[in-house]
Amino acid sequence: MEDFATPGMTKRDLLTLIGRTAGATAMYMAMASLDQAAASTFKGPVKLEGDAKGASVLILGAGVAGLVAALELSKAGYKVQVLEYNNRVGGRSWTLKGGDTYTELGGATQKCEFSEGNYINPGPWRIPHTHYGVMHYCHELGVALEPFQQNNFGAYLHSTKAFGGKPQRYRTIHSDFQGYVGELLGKAVKQNALSDAVTSEDAAILLEALRGWGALDKDMRYVKGRASADRRGWDKDPGGGLTAEPIPSEPLSLSTVLKSGLWRAIGGNVSLDHQQAIFQPVGGMENVAKGFERKVGNLVRLNSKVTKIHQDEKGVTVSYDDTKTGEHLMAQADWCVCTLPLTILSQIEINVSPTLDAAIHAVPYLPGLKVGLEFKRRFWEQDEFIYGGITSTDLPISQISYPSYKYGSRGPGVLLGAYSNGSYAYEFTTLPPEERVARALEWGSQIHPQYKSEFMNGIAVGWHRVPWTQGCFGIWTEESRATHYKNLCQLDGRIVLAGEHASFIGGWQEGGITSSIDAITRLHQRVQAG
Amino acid sequence: MKAETLIRSSIAAVVAASLGASALAQNAPTVFPGDADGAFVVGTKFSEPDGAHLFKRVCAGCHMPDAKGAKGAGFFPALAGNKKLAANGYPVYVVLKGMNGMPPVGAMMTDQQVADVVNYVRTNFGNKYRDAVKPADVQALR
Repeated sequence: MEDFATPGMTKRDLLTLIGRTAGATAMYMAMASLDQAAASTFKGPVKLEGDAKGASVLILGAGVAGLVAALELSKAGYKVQVLEYNNRVGGRSWTLKGGDTYTELGGATQKCEFSEGNYINPGPWRIPHTHYGVMHYCHELGVALEPFQQNNFGAYLHSTKAFGGKPQRYRTIHSDFQGYVGELLGKAVKQNALSDAVTSEDAAILLEALRGWGALDKDMRYVKGRASADRRGWDKDPGGGLTAEPIPSEPLSLSTVLKSGLWRAIGGNVSLDHQQAIFQPVGGMENVAKGFERKVGNLVRLNSKVTKIHQDEKGVTVSYDDTKTGEHLMAQADWCVCTLPLTILSQIEINVSPTLDAAIHAVPYLPGLKVGLEFKRRFWEQDEFIYGGITSTDLPISQISYPSYKYGSRGPGVLLGAYSNGSYAYEFTTLPPEERVARALEWGSQIHPQYKSEFMNGIAVGWHRVPWTQGCFGIWTEESRATHYKNLCQLDGRIVLAGEHASFIGGWQEGGITSSIDAITRLHQRVQAG
Repeated sequence: MKAETLIRSSIAAVVAASLGASALAQNAPTVFPGDADGAFVVGTKFSEPDGAHLFKRVCAGCHMPDAKGAKGAGFFPALAGNKKLAANGYPVYVVLKGMNGMPPVGAMMTDQQVADVVNYVRTNFGNKYRDAVKPADVQALR
């Protein structure tokens, strides 16, 4: 096999590599440094001041980017129509719940059999508080939010290669890793090994800080005792009355922690788009789309498959087919905001400048796979005291995310049983949906043995087989961004693109929203200029 | 840990592991026995041993097991009876560089694997192109 860490490796190879070596969350951290994920530029509600001059705008796609454009442009006085391929609004802002059916490319149809109130979000599933645009629209549209447990210290870190495959609590690894790093750094300071970087005055402060940070004892050691047990957990927990006296637990050795590789997952929750507070819409991500639908649903024509986009000096004409009746239809407007994923747009006839055309064809889409599993009871809560949060693993399922809703309920519960990328996502996607579910069940049972006896049903979405995106989200490299990104975002005659693919927050709804606001602001300025 | 440091250390870990540095081997991507056809062995690259299995476990995710493609809001082109496969450099280029939304899956394959899967597709599904691609041809296009 070829070594991937060659000088010729591309950024994307590198991201894939990091995604697998260091876990998906670490990949997002790396992406942030490569400008593929970032905090939002949203600065409050957009003000499209001035006359719309009776102009009309045709919006293609009713995901969050298209819906924001519809809402704000109609508010500003534009005549707006939206064409949407699906029989619902929202695009990737999507929830699968009991009674829903989903047919993927190739024809496999799954009926979601989840019990009342249970769901998975196959696409976006979290709303960081730093995604000010999504937060703004949720508040404005009355979309109720609840906390998403991103970093649960009681969830597991799991490696098939460490601890005989026995999952470890996040708190244990986190505490021991930080404790030993603190102890080692303290030793270095005391031996004046850092005197180049730390003055003697600062060294005293640093030592005191390290003691608290690492839960070290009075001698600056990370050892068994109250301080470490208060983080990593006790052998016998403190309580009240005559059985109250706690017994501290024994830390793992530094070497054990390092060799386990489990420390890799520790950094995953510190990036801006994973820090607490982080939210989810009550009842599923589709409720973001439904919030927009209450305002502008009347402007959306569903079941409309765009087949051609043509512009001239007078306006834009879009040909589309009604997917229910097969009718060939046309829509016209003065301007067009196109939010179709580039996977789809790159296959549609469109007359734009060569630079925009090249950009449309320059962005591949990430593979991704999610599996939702329903169990007869919430054994992760009842047996293991895991309430929401994420267990990470080196198994092909990559992670298990426990529901951040309906804690303590006695009925069936649904968890996210796989969220895979890299080569595993491709290999998963080639399997029939029921086999993807069976695999997720098999692998997950290595972490939760209860899986086998408690399983009820499952549903699996491989994003390359999603008929209206043919992939998860756009992947930019430093090179492709330098060559194509600005061209992709430019107003091209009467057409402007928007969506997560036209943002630096790829794969997040915030990318779609901020991209849309930026695009319609420039479009409005152009209309004002006459 | 800063992301840049993370990237550097990840590369270092992989390089060291590939050189057989045992101290870091624990932190290389986990390699599993995987499926009989070579799937699910490791998450960073494809391990399917031949063209038929590469097609079945990678390409078929989009182009479908019968290679006839699929249609939705857009489409995945059929590879069955596809005249664009006549020039053998074209499919090699697409596998290596991607096309429209298609990721460059060849980045996670060896030259031999890319040659194998291209040769498999060009001699199956109604395609009868006899001029086989060699690994060196793939290397030249990377």
